[in-house]
Formats: sequence, structure tokens, C-alpha cells
Amino acid sequence: MARVFMKGSEAVAEAAVRAGCRFFAGYPITPQNEVPEYFARRMPEVGGVFVQGESEVASVNMVYGAASAGTRSMTSSSSPGISLKSEGISYCASARIPMVYCNFQRGGPGVGAIQPAQMDYLQATKASGNGGFEMIVLAPSTVQEAVDMTYKAFDLADRDRNPVLILADGVIATVMEPVELPEMKSPEEVKAIKDGKKSWACIGHKIDYKNRAWIEPGQWKTEIQQKCNEECAALYESWKKDAEAELYQTEDAEIIITAYGISARIAKSAVDILRKQGVKVGLLRPITVHPFPFYAFDKIDFDKVKAFLDVEMSIPAQMIQDVDTAVRGRKPIETCLCSGGNIMSREAIIEKVLSMKEQEV
Amino acid sequence: METNLCVAGFGGQGVMTLGKFLATATCESTDKNVTFFPSYGAEQRGGTANCYVVISDDQIGAPLGDVMDDLIVMNGASLNKFLKTVKPNGRLFINSSIVDASEIDRTDLTVVSAPVTELALEMGNAKVLNVIMLGVYVGFTEVIDPEIVWATVEHKLSKKPKLLPLNRQAFEKGMEIGRAHKK
Amino acid sequence: MSEQLIYKRTDYIQADKVAGFCPGCMHGTVMKLIGEVLEEMNLVDKSVCTLGIGCCGLQMDYMACDNITSPHGRACAVATGIKRSNPESLVYTYQGDGDLASIGLAETMSAANRGENFTTIFINNGIYGMTGGQMAPTTLIGMKATTAPAGRNAEEHGYPMHVCELLDKLTAPHFLVRTSCNTPANVMKTKNYIKKAFQYQMEGKGYSLVEIVTSCPTNWGLDSLKALEYLEEKMLPEYPLGVVRDLG
Repeated sequence: MARVFMKGSEAVAEAAVRAGCRFFAGYPITPQNEVPEYFARRMPEVGGVFVQGESEVASVNMVYGAASAGTRSMTSSSSPGISLKSEGISYCASARIPMVYCNFQRGGPGVGAIQPAQMDYLQATKASGNGGFEMIVLAPSTVQEAVDMTYKAFDLADRDRNPVLILADGVIATVMEPVELPEMKSPEEVKAIKDGKKSWACIGHKIDYKNRAWIEPGQWKTEIQQKCNEECAALYESWKKDAEAELYQTEDAEIIITAYGISARIAKSAVDILRKQGVKVGLLRPITVHPFPFYAFDKIDFDKVKAFLDVEMSIPAQMIQDVDTAVRGRKPIETCLCSGGNIMSREAIIEKVLSMKEQEV
Repeated sequence: METNLCVAGFGGQGVMTLGKFLATATCESTDKNVTFFPSYGAEQRGGTANCYVVISDDQIGAPLGDVMDDLIVMNGASLNKFLKTVKPNGRLFINSSIVDASEIDRTDLTVVSAPVTELALEMGNAKVLNVIMLGVYVGFTEVIDPEIVWATVEHKLSKKPKLLPLNRQAFEKGMEIGRAHKK
Repeated sequence: MSEQLIYKRTDYIQADKVAGFCPGCMHGTVMKLIGEVLEEMNLVDKSVCTLGIGCCGLQMDYMACDNITSPHGRACAVATGIKRSNPESLVYTYQGDGDLASIGLAETMSAANRGENFTTIFINNGIYGMTGGQMAPTTLIGMKATTAPAGRNAEEHGYPMHVCELLDKLTAPHFLVRTSCNTPANVMKTKNYIKKAFQYQMEGKGYSLVEIVTSCPTNWGLDSLKALEYLEEKMLPEYPLGVVRDLG
């Protein structure tokens, strides 16, 4: 398939369209303005709907409505906007409505910096809203991966009737790279997907208590609410099979870098350079940050590993909490961090690895 | 093999477009990996603008490296800001109309000067300075077939065909300067 | 003599359910009217109700048609998503004054301003019901609320908000009307307004809002009849009934 040179934010939007997304509502926020702009141009071409909402809050609730009517729907934003969307996400999770959204993270907290960062890891993986719901969270490190994950996210969302989050960052949003776009779903396929949801979609049904579609983000009866929560817990438990990680040069590694998304990509190139210098260093990259790929740590030879190095564009480090759980105190974990919109430096990673190696000698 | 390029200048000098032309042409004509990364700020206009292009045979790590192989500076402020990022014996391309070459306090670099602001004004359109500089860079580095770069420019300007002859002239003028420096 | 059926309970309300509204509350009346209109217009199978939060939301347990519960204030945003992605449905929001005019004012104004092709049924009783009598944007001056124990005063709380008149400043809305269910005549009028609003929606004419001034005996601290008197003496002078806009 021919490769095209695309900006990450636009490539994500195109991938969504190709996956059959026919409703997008969003609100401008740097660095992802090209997402709503792209949908505004593209949706009319495929008979889809684009709405610029009056706020992030309104946008996510439009998606809640459209997805409840059976349409593959999406929204996107960046960190402070994602916080505002948490209301609607929680409703979607509670009512078991499939939808996809993307966070192109920028520096935080508060309005933070508009430049790239990875400051929303804990929010994304632990509590993206009230009520203890969980989502599959995919973390792309290249534009190609962002495209492939977006395409797949709609299937995952429909499979589980649950929101799926693409946790990207300002680099993925703004960088241009060659990508191979996935196959465009035909109008028949898109219709079939929507028709497949007719039994529960809020589109009007024959008047009957049993037939009606009742989108319930909550329950009056506590015993029913508990049952719903138990069903959700079973769903979240079933995601162990979906956990995914990339293990790169870890077989004989003495130092293993843990990093996700853009940091992992930069760390990977640092591993290549260090390997050429004979340094035994590897990379463990969570591809799904939730469920966190704890299994990948079982594939590591802890007799050979001397230490871990957690690399994140977040101060304080956040993913380190999951890494810590996985390592269980067996080896020390050091950090290489930057924040505030600064992009991880490959040189800084190399220096840190070399200094760790030095200390051991 | 990986080449890291930084293009820097005033907002409005077409810095981003220059980088994007080069990166797009690389994507369309080679099997190489390539990234274009614009450094973005809050202002829509004015201020400094810079972007990074990485071209590599292998997977690209950071879309902006710590060390630049090549640096294109379109104004003096950018020279001061980015000169130190160029690797030893790297290549520096300056808009000599407004960048003072005497401020280059390094002797290891290969410096290619082109008065692109003046040349663009002579051609009757100040806006083509970036296309001249694109020609200079491609002419000197031969990083990619010039005709492929031109095809990219032509494609991007397809909605404004009136601008094509001027841009062709600008690109060729740049190529000429770039090639002359090579000799 | 043969029996003749002249009146029947609407199937829109579940036969086996007893509505849990307080005595004297008009939610039940409005629900019944909506059900009757949908049945008369043969639209029940197409109808989707987007419920607000508060006593409005209690409806979901009783109605027999498709419904979705919106986050507090977001009914117009949710309805936008449903209607735009499924234009053949008849979509209406059912919201109270706190939901629509306080937390959801941005969503209400924006949907009306875009001329979204759905209908809003707005229940205005000047107070928060489910949460227990707190002040609403529509609370009258001098009216006591648990969060305005001395009564609403203009200096501190501003003035009662007139939603129909506010929306009348926008260009897009097609039909704006204020009505009540305090008398049999007004109940019939209200039914006709709801029918008209749904008719406009089916004709693709855009946004309409039916504001229904109702009583809340429980949180007004009055019995049902006294509450009706209060509605007529205090609420209606502040919120005059009638068509505010009808573009036909």
C-alpha cells in the first residue's frame, strides 16, 4: 500500500473515518486543532457528521448521544480539555456506550504548557472520571501506530461496549511522517455495524417495556447498580489478554528502560546507539498502558538485569507506579524525566544509562 | 544513516513550508523514513519559527535530535539560538541578507551563504525566499533529486498556477548558488 | 346499552408502574400529554427522550419508549448527537429549570442557536426538586429556598431568568412558547403546543422549546391547591403565558 505523508492528528482522523466513524464532536485546543478541522472537511464527503461543540463538555456529550444511537463516534482533546470530558466519558462507561477518544497530551497541570508532555498517565489509566470505571488505553509511539490503534479502537469499543482511549501526545499530534492508511470500510459495512446495534441503540422502538432502548448511566436500585458494577469488573478482568508490550533488546540486558509513547520511541533510538557501544541495554514499552502489560516483566531475566530506568515526559514520574508494582522491589528503578513541554532528549537517556553502568562497576 | 536538519527564522519567512517541502519530497520519492516536526507556540504570527526534518534509513527515534547535522537560519536571532546545536564539522546555511556571518564563532562548520531576502525582492516577491533557500540546500547537499523536490512544490502550488514560474525561477536560482558553493 | 371507549390511558406510561411523583406535581400530567401526542401522531416508535437530571429523570422508570439519561445540564448536547446521527428519530429533551437554565445554559443556548432540529420540554417550577428545594435561576424574588433561606433577593442573587425571552434573542429557534398545566384549558393548550413543536420537528424546521410553568408543592412548602394559587398569583405574573415565537 502506498505511503502518504501526514500529520499525526490528521492521520488519526482519517483512520477513524476509515474505521467507520461517522460522528465527531470536538472543541479547539492546541495541539490537536487539526483533528476537528480535518473532520470538518472530511465528514461531509462520507455522509458523516461533524459538530463543533460549545465546549469539551458539550462535545463529549454529543458523542455520548450519537454513540447511543449506534453510530461509531469519536472526540479528541488535549489534557485540560480531557479533564472536562471526564463527565461524559464516565457516563459512557456507566451506560456501556462504545466510543473512542484521543488525548494529545500537553504539559500540565492546569493550563500547563501547550507543548508535548506525558502528564496524564495516571488520569488515563486509573481514573478518567468518577466511579472507578476502566478503559482500554492505547499508547502510540509513531503516527503509524496512532493510525492502526485508532482503527482498532473502534472494534475494541464495540466488542466491550466501553470507551477506548488513545493516549498520545503533542509530538504525535503535530509530527508529519509517512503512513500506510488502513482499508476504508464500505458504506455497507458502516451501515451493518450501526444496524448491529439496533437492539440497544436509542433510536426509537416499538412501544413496549422490554423492547425499548434504555440508556442507563445509573440505577435507582442499589442492588442493580452493584450488579452492573460487578459485570464491569468482570469485563475489566477479561482484558488481561489484551495487554500488549514491546520487548526490545531485553534478552541479555543489564539495564532495561521502561517508557511508553513518544518517550519510548526516543528511548529505542538511544538503545540502538548504546548497543553499538556495547552497552547491554533494552527497552520494555507498554503498548497498552491499561491494561498494563505486567506479563512482559515475567519474560525478563531478573538474574541478568541490574536496574530499570523509567523514562517519562512527566515530573513527577507516573508510569513508574505500575513499573514498581511489576518489579516488586527485585531491582532498583531509576528515572530519566523531563516535563513542562520539553521533549525527551536522547542524549539525556544515553548519559543516564552510561552513568548507571559506571556506578555498578 | 540519519540526517537531522533544523530550519529556523522569523514567523512568516516560510520556514515551516521549506521543511515540509523537503520532508514530503523525501516521503514520496524514497523508501527512507522521514519526519517533519514543527516547534509550536501560542502565537499565530510573529516570533520565531523553527522546524525539524529527520531523514533516516532506519527507524527514527526523536523527531527532533539533540544534535543537528544541518542548520538553515533565516535570521540573526536563530543563528544565536541554534548555532551551538550543530554537530562538529556540520553544515550551516545562512540567509546572508540579514544574518551576519561574522557572528559565527565556530570554524569547524561548512558555511553556505545566500542573500535570499535580497534575491527574493529582486525577483519581485519577498515571499519566495524560502524556495530559494530550499534550492540552495538541495543544490548543495544533493540529499534528494531536485526534480522530485520541485514536483512537490508544484503539487502544493497547483491551486495557484500563476505563482509557478516565479517559484521555479526561485528554486533554480537557489540550486545554482548551492551547486556553486559545492565547487 | 353497549359500552364505548372514550378515554384510555396512554401506553407511553407503563401500565404496571405507579409514578413516584409528589402529590400535586405536574410531571405526571406533562408525561401523559407527551404520550398522548406521540400516539396521536403515530410517532411513539420513533421517539427518543433525552432526560435531564433531577425529578425529570424519574420519568425513565415509567415511560415505555426509548430514553437516555444525560449528565446534568447536557440534554441538549446529547440530543444533538442523537438527532444528527439519526435524523429520522423524533428527539426531545425533558429538563427542569436547574438542569436547563443553570448548569445546562450553555448547551441549551448553543443548541437553540444552531437551530438543532429537536424539541425541548422545559419544566419551570422555580426550584430544585430532587435535591430538596435549592434556589434555581427561575426562583422568584422573595421565594424561599434552602440555599436562600431568607428568600431570593435581587442584590445577591440577581433576577429570575426568562428562558423563552432569552432564546428569542437568537435567530435560529423556530418555536418558543410558555404554557402551564394549572387549569384543564391550559392542559389542553399545552398538549397542542407539544404537538405543534413535534410537528415542526418532523417537518425539519429546527429548534423548538415548550416551557411549562408548574408547581412544586413539596419544595414550595404548600399543599397542592395552595401551590396552584401560588402559581397563579406569583409565578404567572413573572412568567406570562403565550407564544413568544412561532415562525410557522
